[in-house]
Amino acid sequence: MKIIRTFMAAAAVFAVSVFSAPSFAAEDPGPAAYSQALKGKRVMLIPMAMGFDLAQGWTHFLKKEVEAWGGTFETRDPNWVVDAGAQAITDAISSDTRPDVLIIHSPDLNSYAKLMKKAQAAGTYVLLVDNPANFPADAFVGSDWDRLGQLEAEAAIKGCGPNSSKKLGLVQGDQANSSSLYQYAGIMKVLEKNPDFKVVAKPDSNWDATTSRNVTTTMLQQNPDICAIIDFWDGDATGAAAAIRDAKLEGKVFLVTTGGGEKTADCDKLQDGTYGAVVMTDLARQSGDMNAIIKFLLQSGQPAGTSKTYIYTLEKATTKADLKPDSCWDLKALQAETAK
Amino acid sequence: MNAIGWPNWRSLNQEGIVFAIAVVLFAAAAIGLPGFIDPNNLVAIVRSVSVLGILALGMAIVIIGRGIDLSAVAIMAMSVAWYLQLLNSGTPDGLAFAYVLAGVLAIGLLNGFLVAYADVPAIFVTLATGSFVFGYVRSQLISQDAVPVPQGHWVELLGGLRFLDIPVEVFIFAGLAFVFFLFLRFTKWGRYIYFAGDNPVAARNIGIPVRPMLVLRYVLSAFVALIAGLLTAASLHSINTRIVNSTLLYDIVLVAVIGGIGLSGGRGGVRNVLVGAALIGILLNAMTIIDIPLLYQNLIKAAILLGAIIVDGFINPRDEQTAQQGDI
Repeated sequence: MKIIRTFMAAAAVFAVSVFSAPSFAAEDPGPAAYSQALKGKRVMLIPMAMGFDLAQGWTHFLKKEVEAWGGTFETRDPNWVVDAGAQAITDAISSDTRPDVLIIHSPDLNSYAKLMKKAQAAGTYVLLVDNPANFPADAFVGSDWDRLGQLEAEAAIKGCGPNSSKKLGLVQGDQANSSSLYQYAGIMKVLEKNPDFKVVAKPDSNWDATTSRNVTTTMLQQNPDICAIIDFWDGDATGAAAAIRDAKLEGKVFLVTTGGGEKTADCDKLQDGTYGAVVMTDLARQSGDMNAIIKFLLQSGQPAGTSKTYIYTLEKATTKADLKPDSCWDLKALQAETAK
Repeated sequence: MNAIGWPNWRSLNQEGIVFAIAVVLFAAAAIGLPGFIDPNNLVAIVRSVSVLGILALGMAIVIIGRGIDLSAVAIMAMSVAWYLQLLNSGTPDGLAFAYVLAGVLAIGLLNGFLVAYADVPAIFVTLATGSFVFGYVRSQLISQDAVPVPQGHWVELLGGLRFLDIPVEVFIFAGLAFVFFLFLRFTKWGRYIYFAGDNPVAARNIGIPVRPMLVLRYVLSAFVALIAGLLTAASLHSINTRIVNSTLLYDIVLVAVIGGIGLSGGRGGVRNVLVGAALIGILLNAMTIIDIPLLYQNLIKAAILLGAIIVDGFINPRDEQTAQQGDI
């Protein structure tokens, strides 16, 4: 026994000396390289406007992350004016403090293509968020709008049920914004597979709630037996909801829309039955994706404009039945957190 | 009408032309479009132009007095957004409303003062105050574009009000139109607006208080904008300040001008607003039923505005007596 004890003691001494001694000297090379590549890097977000839930959510999450790894985070507010956005991009590229990463929320397929190319030529990585554009950005982070449209159509068909009139109404955004065009394409793909469901009207709201209300009123007037309406954005779907309420068709018309998953905009309205289903974007995860690709690009050493990645956010149609306390994020809570 | 009973085409004014177009469109839609003539659809048409019509009433009074108010939409959206923001952050209702009312009247007074006493052209003054109101409220007083109406608040209940199944804004539009009609037609100050709009210098020479009345018109326009904003929020249960960037402002001018209120001032009345609103309402409703894409709807609307302005130029020509520096 003694010999075994001695042996074990020797083994223990050996183990301590072999395995723990180097830990005083060894340093993980990761953090130093990480910090060297990222420290002081500038990230700028230029959304279509700063005044709506998506932009405010992205800003909140990104700012926290970027500042945590030692970068600076800035935003510009074009306030829905395309020219003002172009001006902001131009100023950013030519300023002394040119951002290393530009995150752009494009208002349509083409407007900023030339400017984004200029930014890449100057050495700035360009990320497109939410709205795709006809431009090979370094990365696109956002929804696969075609898939999102399919989810909406599937939710509408489910909301209608097999014994309904099978008549659907669409309230499109406009005919220029990629999110509207691709959403429409996705919806039509699902309807091709379900030929007994028909779209009876597809007016545009121009993303305006009053217009959405007026066109939906007319649509319901013409087709009172519509079983579901898909409005292309929760920002104007309040108008379609008002028209349904006014026509006393609450509970008879299943309203489907899409949004950023903000509590008052989406979850509260699912809860009170205004919306039947909302295809929601997981904003925190989407912001996390952006942050990951930014960190990758800045460390990759790859010149701007040479990669082309699509990172689609996981989308899910949420109904009242599968609402959970964490289904939505709360803008008010985020603002209160920032204010502290 | 002349001796043989034919209408005298040369005396046909713009209001008459637009009214005729509206009637023809109405008849064509009634025959060609199923469901158009349905009473509910007719109510929907009137309702869809109620807020627009209310704003156009305010604009009409300003235009008749030879001015223009480009701040109307900004005042409408921003005042109500601020009001709702105050309510959402816990300000007592009465106090919040008093703040907002004071703000709205202050902007109206500022518009009027700058036009009447500082002699700055109305188009520049109101363009600037509109931008100021939007920028200040958006950046300092509210935290995002869309502000919801608090649950169970009277604004929300107002939106659900119906008499004989007709939404409340239709009655408010009708009521305001009647009040404005009485004011313009039967009150001394109402009549003075025409004199001041037709020839401000002459009006002043005969002792009409031209400048205080000018201030009054901009205050009225601002107040009417507040009412329009409250009705919008009542129906949608929220107000979205993005509306300031929309074509609504041009639609208001369109309704007033297309109905035959001359931009050179001194002509027109409530009837012109009603005719203009009727044409726009019928047009938009018919185009939506036919499912014409929005781009083409805007094109058609714009073509009609252009046509109306050209006709206005022929029928109400400017001359040396009425033209003035800074005229719009």
